Amino acid sequence: MQSIQTEVLVIGGGATGTGVMRDLAMRGFKTILVEKRDLSHGTTGRYHGLLHSGGRYAVKDPDAARECIEENLILRRIAPHCIEDTGGFFVVTPWDDPAFGDTFMKGCQETGIPCEEISIAQMLKEEPLLNKEMARCFRVPDGSADSFLTSECNVASAKAYGGQMLNYHEVKRLIKEGDKVVGAVCYDLVNDRDVTIHADLVVNASGAWAGKIAGSIGIDVHIIPGKGTMVAIAHRVLNTVVNRCKMPSDGDIIVPVHTVAIIGTTDVKVEDPDQFAIQPWEVQLMLDEGEKLVPGTKQMRMLRAWAGVRPLYQETSVADTRDVTRAYTLLDHSARDGVDNFITITGGKWTTFRQMAEVVVDRVCEKLNTKRECRTHLEAIPDIQHEPRTAEGYYWLGSRLARTEKNKAYGELACECELVTRAEVEEAITKHEAKTFDDIRRDTRLGMGPCQGGFCSYRATGILHTVRQPSIEETNVALRDFLQERWKGLLPILWGPQLKQERLDELMYLHVMNVDHMPGETASRLGPQMYDKGTVETRPQSAKT
Amino acid sequence: MQDEFNLLDMAEVPLHEWPVEQTLDNCIKCNICVTACPVAAVTDKFPGPKYEAPQAGRFRHDMQPTPDASVDYCSGCRVCNEVCPTGVRIAEINARARRQITKDSGIPLRNRLLGRNELLGKIGSYVPRLANFGLQNPLSRSMADMMFGIAKEAPLPTWSTKGTFWDWFKRTRAQRLKSEKKVVYFNGCATMYYEPFIGQAAVAVFEHNGYEVIVPPQKCCGLPMLSNGEFDAASEYHQYNVDHLHDYAAKGYDIIGTSTSCTLTLKEEAPELLHLTDERSHKLSYATWDIFEWLRERHEAGELKTDFRPLNMVLPYHAPCQYRAHRVGKPALDLLELIPGLDVRESTARCCGIAGTYGYKSEKYQIAMDVGAELFDFVKTQGSQVEMTACDSETCRWQLEHGTDLPSRHPIEYLAAAYGLYDLERRALLNE
Ligand SMILES: Cc1cc2nc3c(=O)[nH]c(=O)nc-3n(C[C@H](O)[C@H](O)[C@H](O)COP(=O)(O)OP(=O)(O)OC[C@H]3O[C@@H](n4cnc5c(N)ncnc54)[C@H](O)[C@@H]3O)c2cc1C
Ligand code: SF4
Ligand code: SF4
Repeated sequence: MQSIQTEVLVIGGGATGTGVMRDLAMRGFKTILVEKRDLSHGTTGRYHGLLHSGGRYAVKDPDAARECIEENLILRRIAPHCIEDTGGFFVVTPWDDPAFGDTFMKGCQETGIPCEEISIAQMLKEEPLLNKEMARCFRVPDGSADSFLTSECNVASAKAYGGQMLNYHEVKRLIKEGDKVVGAVCYDLVNDRDVTIHADLVVNASGAWAGKIAGSIGIDVHIIPGKGTMVAIAHRVLNTVVNRCKMPSDGDIIVPVHTVAIIGTTDVKVEDPDQFAIQPWEVQLMLDEGEKLVPGTKQMRMLRAWAGVRPLYQETSVADTRDVTRAYTLLDHSARDGVDNFITITGGKWTTFRQMAEVVVDRVCEKLNTKRECRTHLEAIPDIQHEPRTAEGYYWLGSRLARTEKNKAYGELACECELVTRAEVEEAITKHEAKTFDDIRRDTRLGMGPCQGGFCSYRATGILHTVRQPSIEETNVALRDFLQERWKGLLPILWGPQLKQERLDELMYLHVMNVDHMPGETASRLGPQMYDKGTVETRPQSAKT
Repeated sequence: MQDEFNLLDMAEVPLHEWPVEQTLDNCIKCNICVTACPVAAVTDKFPGPKYEAPQAGRFRHDMQPTPDASVDYCSGCRVCNEVCPTGVRIAEINARARRQITKDSGIPLRNRLLGRNELLGKIGSYVPRLANFGLQNPLSRSMADMMFGIAKEAPLPTWSTKGTFWDWFKRTRAQRLKSEKKVVYFNGCATMYYEPFIGQAAVAVFEHNGYEVIVPPQKCCGLPMLSNGEFDAASEYHQYNVDHLHDYAAKGYDIIGTSTSCTLTLKEEAPELLHLTDERSHKLSYATWDIFEWLRERHEAGELKTDFRPLNMVLPYHAPCQYRAHRVGKPALDLLELIPGLDVRESTARCCGIAGTYGYKSEKYQIAMDVGAELFDFVKTQGSQVEMTACDSETCRWQLEHGTDLPSRHPIEYLAAAYGLYDLERRALLNE
């Protein structure tokens, strides 16, 4: 078995894990991050896309609100290229209590969130498709954020400081010697072999999976995964984040993210973070609630549905070392469970990942008896893309089109919907070491547009085969994995224009190319985990908020 | 300006009345439009309809700087709209994107000139011979090419040396038919300043069928400005026309034009691109007819005189692109086929290339000629007995003449000739 030695091992390649990795590397720790799939494969890659201003928590959870606005301002400074400065509205719809507007405004003032009430006429000028019956509208500095890009950039920054990242390395179990954690045994999915990583300290940043990791050495970290379903409208009906001005509940936000607008979310407890369904009632609820904000939503083309899982931590141990003032959970297992050199960080928001990382690495320093200052809020995260940015450094909706036009690259597009060029796909394969088409997708947005891989999958297949020259069977299975992965998110919204699209895609792949019968395996172990079949039409009582 | 459209009712509304941008969601990426677009077929500078409309459309945003450039090469011919199986309003989406470019970077003087068809017409008509000399003179044309980017070879029209259409209409007032049955004639700038004889032929045909012709004050329909991205100026012109025509529309008069592009603008382009949803624009839009659309209706109702004399000739006919947006088929073809002896050969070429003022621009001249090659070849293959061609739209006729070296006429001229009212050679009414 291959064996590697490092100072700190980080488990989980989401926002938190990559943030921790960067902070550790910047403070001079020899760091390895392992991720069982690709970066952002977990909740980070399935979230709503909102850079919180904190407005959502201003009334319900002022501490979380303060954390959000602090981090919002920091991220705008250090990673503007991962953010679109959409701004956000909190709107009082005919279904909401107008008086809540004042409570909201007060909450924002108390937590330091810049907030101004604007006229409905102004609101409609900026967002003509919003419901004209709105009673009030408040403007806050919400934004829209690209979590894939942020994770990539965090890792690129960490690598520049000597960090190392191993994706497709799944932690099978932690290794405990005496009362200390000394490393982990990982399974390398690509090469089908085990790898042992020895470390002075292990940070468990595996989100909703944190309980599973801790459980491998008998530590009880009780996490209830809370599933949230989202539906993407095929184009940007809104260019501003729009929140309902009321106590947070289901389906009350629409976030414009790149070329789509995402309605979300639900919050339903599930047994297993890897096994759940997107239920028809959830999709219906998103449409019903979306309709209240943007009349006509139900008639529009839905692109896709997906779900992410929030880790809801339930304390079972008396010796709780949790920092209760925070909206996330940091567990130092030496005090809590008598097991040293092991820290778990879970919960929180994407928006607060940097702060969570800072707190974790402060604790790491303490445990390893060294004093090193955090600098992640001072030093910009490098931009790894070659896209035009605004004067403030943000990306904007038209960035990609502007770049394509400037380079006259329209003849070079592999993915026409999201304007991904052949060169970018090649770079994802060679420089960024994509293992699957889904990795290329997270890297470049290939296959994320309306045709959902219909016209780019076969092109990407050709490119992969030319660049990497795997066996024909391997190429075929990679294609099948990707088609399956795209199909996964289409099933819950298969009606209207998207159904027409899928029929065309089906004719191309199954009838013309005969993809089901090409040589090679049907699916590989790098392929997608499909959702269970959705069967529940009406919202269960237990899921009401 | 904001769309009053309620998306909720969309299911009830015919596809061609959907808000333009909303239709991009219908695209299933089939590429049919790409294979049909005549411009994409001849130049790599234009990535094609699918890229420009349903795809690039997802990256555009009214309140952000425009990322566009290549959409300027769309000629607006609408072949794409016609072939798209899902009803994406590609040409209109492109027109709005072009407008955004000019909003951001300003409108070049050249495009302002080409957009001011009417003003040029007026100025030139004071000194038509001198103006024509300037237009046909290689030296001044080379200068215009270099200074403004107006292609020196492009087929610009010549000013009428016998006065404007209105001069004629006023001069012959006493001879004009008075009748209970009345129509309103929208002549358009080309008839006004360059080709008054087309208006004369139209008046003769109306009167032959017992209609009195009213020619109210009118301005350029605004299309040249719309297609050059000058929406504000176009809006002023359109407003003038609404003010002067809508009373007739309200009284139930049909407003009929001989220029397929002017009528399309009144019917649809102006209200749609300018987001005009008011009652008056709407009324005008519904009262407006293309002349052959109107004549075919009369014929189908059994009201059109068919006392045609034979015209013994082979006639290649090209339906202009605007008919696609009129969605009326090829009405001129239907009527020309009634004329005995006339062997009409229908062109299936996609576009003549000129597309309004597109082919006048230096950087687009060659593209326009390459697009038109399909049509020019069609005319050639009809044999040496062909002496003239036919097309309803003025700029297309000029392009056809330029590409084939054969004279081209408006179908109304053939109809007037078949009624025995018009001389096709001299382009003049027989009784004058
Ligand atoms: C529906 C929904 C919407 C949300 N919307 C927003 C929002 O709009 N804005 C916002 O700020 N926050 C949002 N959040 C919260 C935010 O997404 C999460 O807080 C954040 O992404 C969590 O990141 P993470 O790195 O902690 O977890 P994850 O992203 O889940 O990362 C954990 C990683 O660990 C990996 N892993 C698991 N097991 C193993 C193993 N055995 N070996 C190796 N690796 C393993 C997983 O593959 C995964 O990649 C949302 C959450 C949900 C559920
Ligand atoms: S309008 Fe004509 S030139 Fe423009 S995209 Fe459509 S087919 Fe091509
Ligand atoms: S023809 Fe219509 S549906 Fe097909 S690619 Fe073009 S716009 Fe899309």
